[in-house]
Parts: sequence; structure tokens; C-alpha cells
Amino acid sequence: MTDQALPAAGRSMPDKPTRRSSPRGALVGQVFEGLCFAAATALLVALGGLIFSLVLGGWPAMKTFGIGFLFSTTWNPVTDVYGAAGPVVGTLVTAAVALIIALPIAGGVAFFLTELCPAALRRPIGTAVELLAGIPSIVYGMWGLFVFAPLFSKFIQLPLMSAAAPGSLLEKLTTGVPNGSGILSASIILAIMILPFMAATLRELLLTVPPTVRESAYGLGATTAEVVMSVTLPYVRTGAIGAVMLGLGRALGETMAVTFIIGNSHGFPKSMFDSGSTIASTIANEFTEATSPMHVSALIALGLVLFVITFTVLGLARLMLRMQGARL
Amino acid sequence: MNTLNQVEDFATSIADVDKANVKVDVRALNFFYGKTPALKNVSIPFARNKVTALIGPSGCGKSTLLRTLNRMYALYPGQRAEGEIMLDGENILAPGADLARLRARVGMVFQKPTPFPMTVYDNVAFGIRLYENLSKVDMDVRVEEALTRAALWGEVKDNLKGPGLGLSGGQQQRLCVARGVAVRPEVLLLDEPTSALDPISSAKLEETVTQLKADHTIVIVTHNLGQAGRVSDYTGFMYLGELIEFGPTEDLFQRPATKKTSDYITGRFG
Repeated sequence: MTDQALPAAGRSMPDKPTRRSSPRGALVGQVFEGLCFAAATALLVALGGLIFSLVLGGWPAMKTFGIGFLFSTTWNPVTDVYGAAGPVVGTLVTAAVALIIALPIAGGVAFFLTELCPAALRRPIGTAVELLAGIPSIVYGMWGLFVFAPLFSKFIQLPLMSAAAPGSLLEKLTTGVPNGSGILSASIILAIMILPFMAATLRELLLTVPPTVRESAYGLGATTAEVVMSVTLPYVRTGAIGAVMLGLGRALGETMAVTFIIGNSHGFPKSMFDSGSTIASTIANEFTEATSPMHVSALIALGLVLFVITFTVLGLARLMLRMQGARL
Repeated sequence: MNTLNQVEDFATSIADVDKANVKVDVRALNFFYGKTPALKNVSIPFARNKVTALIGPSGCGKSTLLRTLNRMYALYPGQRAEGEIMLDGENILAPGADLARLRARVGMVFQKPTPFPMTVYDNVAFGIRLYENLSKVDMDVRVEEALTRAALWGEVKDNLKGPGLGLSGGQQQRLCVARGVAVRPEVLLLDEPTSALDPISSAKLEETVTQLKADHTIVIVTHNLGQAGRVSDYTGFMYLGELIEFGPTEDLFQRPATKKTSDYITGRFG
């Protein structure tokens, strides 16, 4: 039975096996084949439909504002003039900063769990990491606004702002209202959100390294740090890039947590403490209040921009993997 | 058959190994995976610049014994060894031993090839770089020397910048041997090094082993009795965690002292 059902899964097989001993087996094979094809097709149709409706809905805004839509910082529902630069920059900056904060910590957690952690602690810590990855984003948002923001304001923002000399780079980076919300706060919350996911994925990856490969490195007299840096990490490099990109994708599209804490102003953020917005937070905030058709269209166009950004990130990840695959 | 009798049985054989020429001397070694004993009161000498083969059915403790000689087991919590393993008169099981140093002195090659995800050149240079700071020219010499001794140089000399994982299985295994000998270890542990290889690659590797003993003390675990006969000077037969018999390979194969040994080498079990 399985002999006949399995080859049927590969539609592109040049010549189908002629060995069909029972009609029932052949029927199962055909049904299976059909179902697989239908599932794959449905996915493509959904994707195509999504892109089509985004383009259709965003078309009025794109036609009115042209390419300037991407570079203008004006977002004014009263005069019906919209530019996406603020949210786009907010999205890219918060996601990038979140990644910069989260990646080294996630790597450290994963290495600790696989290489250094005492056996008794391995399971509790591993489970805790996975639990953290499962917390709904709105919980992070509330925690960020009610717990994190006041502390951030008191212990980070105010001391830094008073320490900054007038005219210095630090002063430029720290201007704004020290109320605990803003670009950097959102980045940190995002980092906390994507950290457990990346740590859990990296840990799974590190566990796939064959023990004998690690032992070979130890067997040459390498220390744990040398084994990790020179052997284990390169071994899982491909998967690690994928994990990082998935984390980045989550940070780019994260909505609720960011909406809570980024401050939601449409201008171009002037500093790391300034309030700002991301594409997702803008859409979430304004969709119910968008009354003019142009406003709705601008929000949909914004959605299309986010789609393109995420798509590009994934594409770049693919490209990196392929280039590395070619090298080794 | 009790332990005392066994000791007497091969006490004479052990005497054949010149005491001054013992590189590694295992004395009354017990080993545990958690609470499960895997080695029971094993005492065996490994002679300097000789090849010693460890044979026995699966699960008899051959590989476990090998993994105590460079304390590889110490990577895993719950595994512990009791007794003494003297390497040049120094007990490597003593607490406070420098494991990285020890493993640089006692190299290991595994059953399956384990090239690192880097170039052929870097695979060989990896271990050298850990302990020595060589110039490019000196490093090139060392890499070539190691690859030559592993009988691989001719096949990879034009492809040193290619990935180690791109070589064939047999080449990968000889690359691992080259990587192991590159750091000039005093002892080389081979854990069924040819079991994943085709006959031609196996023959090449056996030849390599024979050549390597000029500079290294070699311990080889093998399921292939023919291989043990071809490459080793001494052979130890293990069964259920005990060393049943030990002696010069020729004696052990032609005049086994115990019935267990003779049953095993004639293929009656195992």
C-alpha cells in the first residue's frame, strides 16, 4: 500500500511506477495526489489574493502620493495627506535594535542550556524559555506599559538625559519626553518577546549537532568556548540564520505590544527616546477611526509596504543561505 | 570463572609487555553510567609505539574503555570512572587534571567521520592552532605532513580550500586521522575507524595505522577480527565489562587461553 501511495506524492516524477498491483492502491494514490495538489494550490491562491487586494485597496493612496508616500513624514488625517516614512523607519529601527539586543542573549541562553548547564537545571530552564515564547503579545504590552515604562523612565531615561552634555551625541539620542515609552522602550519589549523564541530555536539546533563532532573538537584539546565558536556554531549556521530571520519577521510585524509602548506619534522619530510608530501599530490604532477613503487606502498601502519588507527579509535570508551553501 | 583466575590466566601475558615500555597503564578500572557498571576491575597495559586492539561483542565495554583514556566521558554528567590510568606515570583520573591538555596528548578518531564544517586545510589546522602559534609557512608544512601521514595528501593537495564535508566517506575518515595526528598526540585512540568505510578505504586506513605506530601509541577498537590480526601487536578480548584475556595478538588468536576467547574468535558467538 505505502509503496504505491508514496511515489504518488511526487508529482514531478518523470515516469510513474507501473507496478499497480491493486486498484484500491491506485485509487488511494490518486486521491492523495489530488489532496496534496489542492492544498498547495490553495496556498498560492490565498497569497495571490492577498497581494491583489492589498494593491487594489492601496492603489488610490499610491496613485495620489506616488513614490513620495514612502519618503514623506506627513501623516495628517485632517488634511488627508499621508506619508509612510515615520512608521516605516519606526518598524525597521525597532526590529533591528530588538534583534541586536536579543541575539547575543538568546545565543548565550542556548549555549548555556546545551553545553554548560547542570543536568538538574536543564529541563526547568528549557521549559521556562518555551513558556516565555508562548506568552501572548498583549501581555507583554501591558507589562511594558504599566511595569517596564515607569522603571525605564526613572532608572534609564532620566539619569541618561541629565548626564548628557548639551550638544553631545548622547543628548541628540536622548531628547524627548521621559515618560518611559518611545522607540527604545518598544525595541526592548520586542527584544524580550523574540528572545525566548530565538533561544528555544537555537537550542533545538544545537542539540542536532552530532555528539561525535563535538567530541572530536574536545578530543583535540579544545575548550568549551573554542568548541562552540569554531565547530558547533558553524555547524548550525544555516538553521541559525533562519531562526534569526524568523525572530526578525516577528519583530517587524508585532502589533499589540508595540502599540502599547511606542507612543504612537506619526512624525519621524528624532531620538531613541522619542515616541514614534510602526506600520503595524499605525494600522491597529487607526483602522477603526479611518473615515475618509483616502485614509483607509493609505493604511492598506502601509500594509503592502510591511508585506514587502517582510518578504524582502525572508528573501535576503534565502539568498544568504544559498551563498553560504555554495561556499561550503 | 572468577576474577582471580582470570588475573592469573593472563598475568604471564601482561608480563610480556616490557614494563618500561608501557605508555598507558590501566589499573583496576571500574566505570559507571549512572549506577550501571560498564567496566569491572579492568587492568590492561598499552605499550609504547605499538598497536593494541580491543575486541569483543557489542556492549562489552571496548568503547567505554577507550573513552576513559582521554576522559571524554567527563563531558557527560553521571558517568564516572574509578581506579587508576597512568599516562607516563601520571594518573589522569586524578581530580584537577587539565582535560584539554590531556586530550591534546591523547587524540581520538571516531566510528563515523566527523569533519568540522570548514575547509580541508582548516580541519587539519584546527587542533594545531589551539596550542601553537605558527606562521603561515610552518602551518602549511604541518598540514601537509599530517595529510601525508594519513595517506590523504595526494588526493586533496589541489583542494585544500574545499569543504571537508565535500570529501568521500573514506577521505573524510582519513581527514579525521590527519586532524588527530596533526597535533602530534602521544596516544591515538581509534574507535572502530573503518566500520563505515568500503574495503579499499579500510585497507588504506589500516596501512596508515601501521605507519603511525612509529610515532604514536595506538589503541584501536574493532569488530573486525581480521583487522585486529593485521594491524595490532597486542589484543585484549573483553566481555560484559571485563577483560577476559590479553596478550600478543598472535598468541591470543592462535592459542587463546580461555574458552570464551576461543569461542569468540572462532565465531561461535558475538
